Amino acid sequence: MNIAVCVKHVPDPNLPMEMDGVRLKRAGVQGVLDPGDEFGVEAALQIKERLGAEVTLVSMGPEASSEALRRGLSMGADRAILVSDDALEGADALATARVLQRAIERAQPDLVVAAVESTDGYTGTMPAALAQLMGWPQVTFATQVEITDRTLRAHRQTATGYHVVECELPVVVTVTAGINEPRYASFKGIMAAKKKPLERLALADLGLSPDDVRPAQEIVELSAGEERRSGEVIVDEGEAAARVAAFLREAKVI
Amino acid sequence: MGRVWVYAEVTEGGIDPSALELLAKARALDPEPAAVALGPGSSAAAAVLGRHGAATVYCSDDSVYSDFVAEPPTFALQQLVAEHGPELILFATNYDSRDVAGRLSALTGATLVANAVDIPSLNVAQTAILGGSTRVDVRLEGTLKLVLARPKSFVAEETGGDCVTIAIDIVVPDKLKRVKLIERHEARATGPKLQDASVVIAGGRGLQGAENFRLLDELAEAIPGAAVGGTRAVVDAGWVPYSYQIGQTGSTVKPEVYLAFGISGATQHVVGMKGAKRIVAVNKDEDAPIFTLADLGVVGNALELLPKLIEEIRKG
Repeated sequence: MNIAVCVKHVPDPNLPMEMDGVRLKRAGVQGVLDPGDEFGVEAALQIKERLGAEVTLVSMGPEASSEALRRGLSMGADRAILVSDDALEGADALATARVLQRAIERAQPDLVVAAVESTDGYTGTMPAALAQLMGWPQVTFATQVEITDRTLRAHRQTATGYHVVECELPVVVTVTAGINEPRYASFKGIMAAKKKPLERLALADLGLSPDDVRPAQEIVELSAGEERRSGEVIVDEGEAAARVAAFLREAKVI
Repeated sequence: MGRVWVYAEVTEGGIDPSALELLAKARALDPEPAAVALGPGSSAAAAVLGRHGAATVYCSDDSVYSDFVAEPPTFALQQLVAEHGPELILFATNYDSRDVAGRLSALTGATLVANAVDIPSLNVAQTAILGGSTRVDVRLEGTLKLVLARPKSFVAEETGGDCVTIAIDIVVPDKLKRVKLIERHEARATGPKLQDASVVIAGGRGLQGAENFRLLDELAEAIPGAAVGGTRAVVDAGWVPYSYQIGQTGSTVKPEVYLAFGISGATQHVVGMKGAKRIVAVNKDEDAPIFTLADLGVVGNALELLPKLIEEIRKG
């Protein structure tokens, strides 16, 4: 079986975000493998260990994204594809799906795994768009995944619980954070990752032109949102519980 | 007429409330918006959509839309779009709607903006970044645009209007019946839904362990209409299920009072709760960003304060 995992190199979410004009600043910012993607890589590796598979990581982004791919490779993925092209700056979710589709097809996968959404853009529609472009079904928000023969059975998160859904491979699956416990890369894994194939492609290598990925949207204005003002801050010296209770009484909720 | 549509999610519980919120916005953009409701219960719900502003409701009670995930509703929506040519379709940023919007985007080539908090015009969607401190206006091009709005961005309003209900008889091809819904499980058997609760009690990493969420449950039992939620960090750590998650991913809540225990106030969390009417935060770290939002901030140990607070409320 071949598994492709979509991954993204994002600004470290633990650092304060900065703006560069109308976009989030990315250049020169400490980047990491999107923490959400670690769950996708781990899910693919667990399937590989159970059923045997080749795991290909696929990413779109500037050259710095190779760091995120190396991290995924050091966790245990077999190879990686990175699509970098100046024409992709500001690509929307649909353009991203078009690029990833072409790159993923090279791995001839039976299964594509992605995070529910990226930590920086959090649009969350790319995987469904990707599935549509591939002519595949998709199972999003999986909190549990099981493959038997060619059937995928998953628990799919809902607002009030979960649904059990089933479909035949091939399929695009998105996994929620918490579906598994992503492994740490071992020293051996880190050393091995340096020798694993990382293929770099440009748009033209995928048979796409800049027109195919031109975003049909544009940021036109930034403005200040409504700011909440902070109120009273007290230090708990034993009396704070009574103060909170009084606050709740004033608000007439107790 | 009918330039703006709302994709109304229909579940076992009826029309998703976010559809009614979207209709309020749709009416501001188009005096005669349409709604699309698919799956069992849709035609019964058409009148509700009409009362909230839909001039036309396209609906089907066919169970194919609830038995199979995403592809059947996407197909029906595409057929309707091809026939009637709306300019803008509004979706709620919900589980199923995201899938339908994503697939429709790929099918039609329409661009899409997600997580909108406002839609100032037919071709501009506004999103919030940096924890809501900055708003971004995005202009969309193309004959069809898709916008997913965060739940609770608009206030549902009854307009008392009548609607024309059009029962559609689209036949979904068998090849699109691929992801089958086998079983439904409800996680929260008791208490109000997180999104509907008048008081939300949320916990973060500062609670130190899954077992301490018991204190939040006890507090919720003492406050009528209260529900318990958590941050992404505690959901990722497996302390509480994903359905508890409040934030950018997860639920948006706008309760009367939001009580944050051991929550630092990361951007990812803040976008899901800053619309609360009043915010109380308890955190050990006096520099925690949550204090910049709180109406009442307590610098202290949540685990020490909680038992006392429960006691205070119980004794009345």
